[in-house]
Amino acid sequence: MKGFLNWLSRGRTAVIGVPFLWLVLFFMVPFLVVLKISVSEMGTVAVNDIVAIKDAAIQLTLRATTYIFITHDDLYVKTYLSSVKYAAITTVFCLLIGYPFAYFMARARATLQPTLLMLVMLPFWTSFLLRVYAWKGLLGENGWIANTLIGLHLDTLLLALGVIASPGKFMNTPFSLTVGMVYTYLPFMILPLYSNLSKMDLRLLEAAADLGAKPIVGFWKITVPLSKAGIIAGSMLVFIPCIGEYVIPEILGGPETLMIGRVLSDEFFSNNDWPMAATVAVVMVMLIVVPLAIFNRYQAQAQEARR
Amino acid sequence: MKTGLFGKGWLSAGYIFLYLPIVSLVIFSFNASPIANVWSSFTLNWYVKLASDNEMLSGLWLSLKIAFFSATGAVVLGTLAAFALVKYRRFSGRTLFSGMVSAPLVMPDVVIGISLLLMLVSIQRAFGHPERGMLTIWMGHVLTGMAYATVVVQARLQDLNPQLEEAAMDLGAKPSQVFRLVTLPMISQALMSAWLLTFTISLDDVVLAAFLSGPGSTTMPLVIFSRARLGLNPTVNAVATVIITLVAIGTIVASYLIARAERERAKAIAQAQRDDG
Repeated sequence: MKGFLNWLSRGRTAVIGVPFLWLVLFFMVPFLVVLKISVSEMGTVAVNDIVAIKDAAIQLTLRATTYIFITHDDLYVKTYLSSVKYAAITTVFCLLIGYPFAYFMARARATLQPTLLMLVMLPFWTSFLLRVYAWKGLLGENGWIANTLIGLHLDTLLLALGVIASPGKFMNTPFSLTVGMVYTYLPFMILPLYSNLSKMDLRLLEAAADLGAKPIVGFWKITVPLSKAGIIAGSMLVFIPCIGEYVIPEILGGPETLMIGRVLSDEFFSNNDWPMAATVAVVMVMLIVVPLAIFNRYQAQAQEARR
Repeated sequence: MKTGLFGKGWLSAGYIFLYLPIVSLVIFSFNASPIANVWSSFTLNWYVKLASDNEMLSGLWLSLKIAFFSATGAVVLGTLAAFALVKYRRFSGRTLFSGMVSAPLVMPDVVIGISLLLMLVSIQRAFGHPERGMLTIWMGHVLTGMAYATVVVQARLQDLNPQLEEAAMDLGAKPSQVFRLVTLPMISQALMSAWLLTFTISLDDVVLAAFLSGPGSTTMPLVIFSRARLGLNPTVNAVATVIITLVAIGTIVASYLIARAERERAKAIAQAQRDDG
């Protein structure tokens, strides 16, 4: 064993060093560059300058501009709020559809479960882009789903809810965006919930039933509280990537569905405003770090409780 | 326990929701109608068009090359990182290291894309290198792929019984032999799935490629994306059908191979136990 450890410790520097160096070079340094650009001014961003900003005082005055602008400009505030809103709506719908789905999966015949699980994961392996694109056909004029919704007169309901603009037109609306996001992220909700629910001790439900609890009471008082960890994990896996989503709003969203991922790339590619784009990126990261920190704290507590 | 009628209904509706878009992609790839989502009659026209669609085909070839090299790079780096995290409980900067390894999992792709691009641009301004293109896309894909590869390999390494490596050492194996003959075979399946996962992620990426590609390095997802933005395009359906077919074949072959390997392992264990008895 000692020789093996020795060999490892000789290789140790490389084993740790190579990936470490890679991450510093391609993850940490780029992010620092973004931070720096976000505090520099538009005209001066001949990138050489960014590396060479020396005067701390200038840096401070510069910092004000983009960040103050972003908090005072209606468009940005609205965009951030609307990204959070769509991410939250998506999370709620994924939970409403995914929880019963995972529950029934976990209660299905044991021999059937591996197949059911594989069927949930299989779409992952086909292109996400193409699956989102498919909704364009389904929801567009004369699309299968569009016709079904019109046939069921659901478009009147959606119109009343204000998620589509005119009857029978579903594409490029808040509705089509939400459908696309729920569709894409549903498996991310189902998988942690399933792995949680399938491990549950069913004898607890039997005990509750023996003590006179109706099934629905057993479900609310036992199953749901026990699956809290799965609910939280699934919600995080849906909420966090949804905030930064770019492809789905670009393909299925419309002019009024503001998402920060899209605004960021517009600032960058159309307006060529790099400091602004960098600032949007930094604020976006902060939006994500907060729920993540809460999640991590919750997990740490849960681990503590298990001990 | 049995699932009731309601449960069966919910599951079926859920699977229809998950698979309907995929089915519709395949069906409308054979549609002759000029309106892309209204069925008229069967045609192979779009596949013929696809066969001479140079933009799409060269994009596919580039995407496959990038996916191959970035999956390989990501698995090598991810395996190293997983080893570092599992085998070395403490080293300076471990918290920073583990944070950076998993950060790309939660960072939005737009942020990773923009930060890598801004850094590369500043390097390019200073040194004249590197041009945006295949290499820069590769860097981005290795960075995100590495995070996934580390998770997969780390999970497997944590489950390994360290006594097996110790036993091999006690029986006189050299450390390099231990790695090659004991550790590597035990994690090979994890390495394989990490490779496939990172390959798929790379093949599917639009956002990083949009930031990191240069003129003449348009990957297939970028081609699809720019067409999908404009409207429905039956050639995209044809590409989708080809990809779905390949994935389906791959999945069937892989699950057959895994099932066979499991059976043989079970047989070998049973044989060994019989010999013992």
